[in-house]
Amino acid sequence: MLTINNLQAKIGEKEILKGINLEIKAGEVHAIMGPNGSGKSTLASVLAGREDYEVTGGSVDFEGKDLLDLAPEERAAEGIFLAFQYPVEIPGVSTTNFLKTAVNEIRKYRGEEPMDAVQFLKMFKQKMAYVNIDQSLLNRALNEGFSGGEKKRNEIFQMAVLEPKLAILDETDSGLDIDALRIVAEGVNKLKSSENATIVVTHYQRLLDYIVPDYVHVLYKGRIVKSGTKELALELEERGYDWIKAEVDAQENSIA
Amino acid sequence: MTTDKQDLKAQLIADFQLAEGKLNGAAKSAIHVTRQKALQTFNQLGFPTTKHEEWKYSNVRGLVNQTYEFQADSSLTAEDLAQLSIPNLEGNILYFINGVYNEALSSIVSPASELVLLPLAEAIKQYPAVVEKHFNQYTDQHENAFTALNTAFSFDGVFIYVPAKKVVEKPIILRFITDARQANVAAQPRNLIVVEKRAEVQIAEAYRSIGEHSTFTNAVTEIYVAEEANVDYYKVQNESDQAYHIGSTAVYQEGRSVFTANTVTANGGFVRNNLQIKIDGEFAEANMFGLYIPNAKQHIDNHTAVDHAKPNANSNELYKGILKDKSTGVFNGKIFVRQDAQKTNAFQSCKNVLVSDEASMNTKPQLEIWADDVKCSHGTTTGQLNHDALFYMQARGISKDAAKALLMLAFAQEVIDKMRIPSIKEYLEGLIIEKIYQA
Repeated sequence: MLTINNLQAKIGEKEILKGINLEIKAGEVHAIMGPNGSGKSTLASVLAGREDYEVTGGSVDFEGKDLLDLAPEERAAEGIFLAFQYPVEIPGVSTTNFLKTAVNEIRKYRGEEPMDAVQFLKMFKQKMAYVNIDQSLLNRALNEGFSGGEKKRNEIFQMAVLEPKLAILDETDSGLDIDALRIVAEGVNKLKSSENATIVVTHYQRLLDYIVPDYVHVLYKGRIVKSGTKELALELEERGYDWIKAEVDAQENSIA
Repeated sequence: MTTDKQDLKAQLIADFQLAEGKLNGAAKSAIHVTRQKALQTFNQLGFPTTKHEEWKYSNVRGLVNQTYEFQADSSLTAEDLAQLSIPNLEGNILYFINGVYNEALSSIVSPASELVLLPLAEAIKQYPAVVEKHFNQYTDQHENAFTALNTAFSFDGVFIYVPAKKVVEKPIILRFITDARQANVAAQPRNLIVVEKRAEVQIAEAYRSIGEHSTFTNAVTEIYVAEEANVDYYKVQNESDQAYHIGSTAVYQEGRSVFTANTVTANGGFVRNNLQIKIDGEFAEANMFGLYIPNAKQHIDNHTAVDHAKPNANSNELYKGILKDKSTGVFNGKIFVRQDAQKTNAFQSCKNVLVSDEASMNTKPQLEIWADDVKCSHGTTTGQLNHDALFYMQARGISKDAAKALLMLAFAQEVIDKMRIPSIKEYLEGLIIEKIYQA
């Protein structure tokens, strides 16, 4: 589904991604872990198309299309979804109105007929049940004054509505208490199928108790320095990141 | 050597003498003496230049470098008018074509006991006492050449009189249409609105111009709001890129009265709106809301001034601007709180979004406070559309242009929501959406 080959990106003059390689197949869950500042969120943003980052090398193939060639909205229409670490508050735009616009813009891109109000109502009701989200939240301005948990739940609700092929959850666990975390994880798990894939970007292992990954990758200094299965996440939980940092730094020094 | 600039002034002075000749006996009336004095003032002041503090960012050179036909005939057909119609418009609708009242097109539905609606010239004859008491009492004609000019030419416009305790159910919609399909035209409507004690009324002035030639509208409206009266006032502008509009609305409020102004400029090449409110009674409330969305090279300038002369009154101001392309905007908001006006609450806010790198906005709040026990605040912001919000929306599949439009509409909504005449609100929403989505 997704093939990342030697991806490099910088912001301003600062190189952040220094050659990422990653292969993701339908039905898989990949966790990207790593210490702060390792480039995890940058990778998520670059895949979604944030313009602040400049891609300086490499390629990303998504279902046969050159992802880096597409505008963010085209990537969304192709089936990429980024659940934001910090969902943006947008005063004056209600969540429902926002989502109706998004759904119909995507349908237009795919050459499908727009959905009408009745169809939306039915679909929203069904999806609301997935993430245990309240109608009143959807009538409010998008994310405005939402608590941390409400924002993240709203992200998962949007994901349920847009049904992406590849969902990228960027630090979805940050700012969540354990109950909110469980609800969000349940939503993600319900949406999982053999047709779609998930990238879970997280600093801590605790989210992975609920969303169990098939593969775990450790990002450090802009590269994936270690890959493994879910046991790797448990090891990181126990030992922290220092031993990996030491390994990588030692290797760099020996090369130098 | 005579310049074009002097030509317009000279033309106007010659026109005045011509008009005066037609007045016969009325030339000696008190109101005409006022007109003559105003002409002298205009002659002395002349058109302002950018050296004038009040006109620093609004250069009227383009306006005065042309000549115009005043009270020009219009060949507007019923079909043309149908195209200019505002859907679902209900109420008392008065048409002014090129500044001249058109009785045939107008319809007055409110009963005469509730409301007097007359062309100003007619009102001078029928209600001389009321007109003389209020006419030209509230304007800034000694400082503003355009107001003086309008006063000198105050031959047409509307007179609205709401007797005490009358609640006018149907709104009054004044439609000013300038037809510049044949030549440059000018109109100088002069309106006088007198709302007596405890009366209530909703009034909208809607300006529209058609044609490729230049239009020059120089409008003045005076509004007297008696004790406990409530006036909901709208000024709506949808004029061409060749339109020059200078408008002044001067309001005088007595105690416990409420006055609300909504000034919305959807289109206009060069627009200058002056809104002046004097609060001369306790426990009165003045609200000033505005929205402007210039594009191309349009220039929209709002100057507001609220003068708190008595204690315990509130004023509340919110202006918002969305500036596209190479457009320019000006906001100047003055708040005066006189020494007597203790316990005044005065709030002012002006927020702007520059959608293009080439648009610009000049804002200047001016507070002059002589009283010591008051609450006053002001704030102006000028920024761009939220970058993170745009990316967030794009990441959900919404194109950048659609995302921008959604954000602009959300920004404008706060002012749109203040509108209370349903048909005017609907009309404005339509204009604003069209303007926002316009590439």
